[in-house]
Amino acid sequence: MIEFLSVYPENWASWWPQIQAAMWVTVKLTACAFALAAVVGMLLAVGKLSKTRAIRAFCTGYIEVARGVPALAVLFLLYYGLVPTGLVLDAFVAGFIGLGLSAAGYIAEVFRAGIEAIHKGQREAALSVGMTPMTSFRYIILPQALRIILAPLLNMLIILLKDTSICSLISTPELMLRAKDLAMMSFLPMHLFLLAAVLYFLMSWPLSIMTRRIEIRMRRSTG
Amino acid sequence: MEAFLQKIYTLGGPLLLGAVTTVEITVLSFIAAVVIGLLFALLKLGAPRPFVWLINIYVEVFRNTPVLAQVFIIYFGLAYSGIKVASLSAAIIGLGLNGGAVLTEVFRAGLSAIHRGQREAALSVGMTPWTSIRFIILPQTWRITLPPIGNYAIALLKDTAVVSAIAAPEIMFYARNLVTSTFETTYIYILAALLYFALSFPLARLVDHFEKRQRAWQ
Amino acid sequence: MEPLLRVEGLHKSFGSLDVLMGVDLALMRGHKIAIIGPSGCGKSTLLRCINYMETPNRGHIHLDGELFGEKQTNGGYARMTEKELAVQRAQIGMVFQGFYLWPHLNARDNVAIAPQKVRGMSKTQADELADAMLDKVHMSHKADEFPERLSGGQQQRVAIARALAQEPKLMLFDEPTSALDPELIGEVLKVIHELADEGRSMVLVTHEIQFARDVADWVIFMGDGVIVEEGPPDQVLGAPKNDRLRGFLNQIVEH
Repeated sequence: MIEFLSVYPENWASWWPQIQAAMWVTVKLTACAFALAAVVGMLLAVGKLSKTRAIRAFCTGYIEVARGVPALAVLFLLYYGLVPTGLVLDAFVAGFIGLGLSAAGYIAEVFRAGIEAIHKGQREAALSVGMTPMTSFRYIILPQALRIILAPLLNMLIILLKDTSICSLISTPELMLRAKDLAMMSFLPMHLFLLAAVLYFLMSWPLSIMTRRIEIRMRRSTG
Repeated sequence: MEAFLQKIYTLGGPLLLGAVTTVEITVLSFIAAVVIGLLFALLKLGAPRPFVWLINIYVEVFRNTPVLAQVFIIYFGLAYSGIKVASLSAAIIGLGLNGGAVLTEVFRAGLSAIHRGQREAALSVGMTPWTSIRFIILPQTWRITLPPIGNYAIALLKDTAVVSAIAAPEIMFYARNLVTSTFETTYIYILAALLYFALSFPLARLVDHFEKRQRAWQ
Repeated sequence: MEPLLRVEGLHKSFGSLDVLMGVDLALMRGHKIAIIGPSGCGKSTLLRCINYMETPNRGHIHLDGELFGEKQTNGGYARMTEKELAVQRAQIGMVFQGFYLWPHLNARDNVAIAPQKVRGMSKTQADELADAMLDKVHMSHKADEFPERLSGGQQQRVAIARALAQEPKLMLFDEPTSALDPELIGEVLKVIHELADEGRSMVLVTHEIQFARDVADWVIFMGDGVIVEEGPPDQVLGAPKNDRLRGFLNQIVEH
């Protein structure tokens, strides 16, 4: 056991700078993917309510496809599959676009559920005092919906954080790839993958706890 | 047009082979996850404190680390320690353990949603705790847990794609090999995506059906 | 004298279900109409058509001489857009059976938000108006409370204040006490009575027969989508001519 653990201090000096840089890429990747997913997801949720049939169909179709196709397949398509058409994407860009577009489907459903959870009567009351549908959405529906969707959104953030590891397979220089490279070079796969797992855990666990607290608070106030 | 169809045929063939493995991995991992999840959820309700603690640690660790890391640790890590695991087995073990953590929470929520008054009523008519779980609690738990289990199954199907990284012969693995030999990158990856979609579509419809039934029940 | 509210030939169906089959109604300024009837007779739908929460299939509404909910186009009528409708709806105050206070706003803000966002008042002006309205319904002491901490009767009174803040020409009450526990009904009826005494124009759908008798100038009894009997309260409620009406009133008294 001691022998196992002694590997770490021995190699820390050479490993840590690289790992740290890679962790930053992971964080940036997560943030960019989440931002993209939130924006696209919001557009999709609104689009699903559109009066135009074509827009509704497109949004529904997008969400269906995003639900059924793995992120890895999308990443490969973006990174390798577009090259013959002339579009060559950088690994980081392909990474966050792929993850973001995939997650957008789920986020759209989160938004939709949040909006639908608001009792119809509140919208009626808003219309009865003379608010337009837009005004009622802005001041009555949206503020409440945001509270409901906070926990699921945080959940998506955690999932995205973990999914950034998949980008290692299209050689995005994030934590998983760095761990794998170091593992191959030093012939110490167990040590490095365990280290990577611990680091992911340290990044993700605080978010999990926060999400759970918010979930409990939500249940109490609406229960 | 003929050349197009011919292309689809030659490329599609190996991918379908991969699909068989994908389904195999999905089914076996799913079974493992359900067994672990149900077992641990039941244990959490009744077992002594230290066991509950251990289960919680297991759940937290597996839910806060990426599947890829878990699979790598099991495959490379074990090999390094002298235990040789075939990539298919490593994939199933990794995905199964990951799913077990997810489903432990799902079953726990489902069980506790019914637990209290009903269990008391069952005990009051003379049932043992085990009988009450078997005939009163569990049958109702299914109704609640079916949608999240279904959604997990879909996520699992998609997660199998990452085990291509340890050379498990599933869809993505065949796709990458095909690319190196034919260079038809665009076609191949689009076909792979369509294949996954075809596999997950019936599952998604099934889950929608369960969700509708559950909503009607409420 | 032109009536404040004129309803002519109102028809409304939901799919194949006919709910209103030709209703006419006229309300003079300062008068109160009570609408009673068994469930399913269309009284709620009638009320909701008046401020175009439901769009009638046939028939017209005039408020204060102006066509409500529709505009005249060459050759016929067209429903107004949501924006135009919002402006008109601000003239009518509606109180719902389910109160529908907005849970993320406290009592004062529930009342003040429409004057602010719809009529463009400043926050100070709107808050002043809100406080005055809350005072009218005897809820000043709870102005900072959120709906979840108010009883049903208190919530409904805040909802009334919210409608009053529009300074409406007409108040519509859709079974305002039907969702309340018996001991809370009184405080709400008291407020409505006070508003009636002020001379407000009202249409009130209710099951509270005695209250209708006290407050209304005119009572309408509906059945199966049409008006079955109508007249002054003493006549309709005291000496009903129609058999169905008699049966209905007996049922209510028995409770």
